[in-house]
Amino acid sequence: MTEHTSSTTAPAPGGARPAGGPSLFAPAPGAAPMWRMVGAQAGMELRVMLRHGEQFLLTMVIPVLLLVGFSLTSVLDVGEGSRVDALTPGVLALAVMSTSFTGLAIGTGFERRYGVLKRLGATPLSRFGLLAAKTLAVLGVQTIQIAVLCAVALGLGWNPALSLGGVAAAIALVLLATAAFSSLALLMAGTLRAEATLAAANLVYILLLGLGGVLFPITAFPPALATMASALPITALSSGLRALLTDGSLPSLGAFAVLTVWALVCGVLAARLFRWE
Amino acid sequence: MDTAAVEVVDLVKRYGATTAVSGLTFRARRGAVTALLGPNGAGKTSTIEICEGFRRADGGRVRVLGMDPVTDAGALKPRVGVMPQSGGVPTGARAAEWLRLMASFHASPVPPDLLLERLGLTSVGRTPFRRLSGGQQQRLSLACAVIGRPELVFLDEPTAGLDPQARIATWDLVSELREAGVAVILTTHHMEEAERLADHVVIIDRGEVVAEGTPAELAGGRREVCFSTSSPIDTDTLRAALPAGSRISSAHGVGGRREYVIGTDDPAALGPGFLATVTAWCASADVLAEDLRVRRRTLEDVFLELTGRELRES
Repeated sequence: MTEHTSSTTAPAPGGARPAGGPSLFAPAPGAAPMWRMVGAQAGMELRVMLRHGEQFLLTMVIPVLLLVGFSLTSVLDVGEGSRVDALTPGVLALAVMSTSFTGLAIGTGFERRYGVLKRLGATPLSRFGLLAAKTLAVLGVQTIQIAVLCAVALGLGWNPALSLGGVAAAIALVLLATAAFSSLALLMAGTLRAEATLAAANLVYILLLGLGGVLFPITAFPPALATMASALPITALSSGLRALLTDGSLPSLGAFAVLTVWALVCGVLAARLFRWE
Repeated sequence: MDTAAVEVVDLVKRYGATTAVSGLTFRARRGAVTALLGPNGAGKTSTIEICEGFRRADGGRVRVLGMDPVTDAGALKPRVGVMPQSGGVPTGARAAEWLRLMASFHASPVPPDLLLERLGLTSVGRTPFRRLSGGQQQRLSLACAVIGRPELVFLDEPTAGLDPQARIATWDLVSELREAGVAVILTTHHMEEAERLADHVVIIDRGEVVAEGTPAELAGGRREVCFSTSSPIDTDTLRAALPAGSRISSAHGVGGRREYVIGTDDPAALGPGFLATVTAWCASADVLAEDLRVRRRTLEDVFLELTGRELRES
């Protein structure tokens, strides 16, 4: 090593060099840290979901209208007791389903159709990262939905039976139901055409809205239908939430079991059958 | 050790009974622009999508930056940029936010705002993808391919549907990529594009390489003599007057005119003396050769010769 190299005049380092400088495109490949990719993708998914008109109608407007409409009028027979107390758990369940099932299925179906999933597959974001981002976005929308619906319900005089354990159990139910609905959504979106997913997701939404104990408990159904309905994920969620929030009792283990089975079966099928393009 | 950016050997891809790619072989250098040129359905996109790891080959060997595009996909993704032929962006995503998302996947991306400006997309940064014009969608897609400062980019028909200004902006960007040392593989059926941009052109037809080389090599530096006449000439006596290995082709021109093109197998044969021979024959046969000129063959001539069979024989 010589000591004289410092006397050479070097161009000033740093700063923008309009001409002759290193190119903007000089290769410098490398993936960002996983958490940053997932965070950015989740933010994108969340914004696209909230901005989407029909999705907003499905996830926010309809649940709020059902809650307000049936609480303030006596069109629907909700049995004895406060109307809003009877309605809120079911509407919360509906809101969860609208995001983690209907919204996710339709959104993912069209992303697949427009080559978005394929294009994302060529980025450093892994499939696991994409799934994590979608999950975070769904949970984000659900948090907003639940906050809005609880605020509206409280405004209507909702008086939930609350305990610390009850809140924990409710959160566990919602998370488990989200897993079940999301798996079913991805199973449909990853195997059917986008239009078929759109039709089927809306049909299933309506069917589950009617059969799933959303607006009134399934105990009002004929016994055979009630047994069938109790195996649906929406019923498990709505009856579980109703037990917790209206009756102040712990939901049956059956509700957890139903949701777990749906999540596992659909999850395994989706992992095996999902087509990225 | 200089590994190729892309090396494809005897590649085969079938879709059911159709063979899209049959025994394709080519090599793309690092830091150079390689154009895959061919008519629609020639197998260009299949080849590119196999290199990108989207599709699996049914036979042959593909190496991208020395790696296997399927089994080494995780290692390749940060190093390779991809521009699909269409789509790839959610319809509700805004141009700038999508580009920022793509930037956030990379360790040291090009600043998104700078890239938007370079490609004339600043004013539509807040416009949802579905409301961008076709050309704007193409440019956004191009921006997404290069934002991560990759070593290699695949551009599938990067200028399809662009207006002339946008096409030139895209060409400038591709040239800049090459100067920065990025390997570019692009598909096109624009001869002019391949001629202007590519260091190496691979002409593909029906899933096979029919010719490759630099644009100049492909055109062969060949010249030909062209002229038109008001009535047919006696090509036999003309051919007899010319050196061996000369070819004369004729075509019907507008208004009942005839157009003639004279080429040679030996490029050196077509010199000043050759032109004198043609005009001397014209004088002796009392033929007025109008629009007489000596022109260089273009890549387009080569391309049509190699791939334009159906149209030429009709």
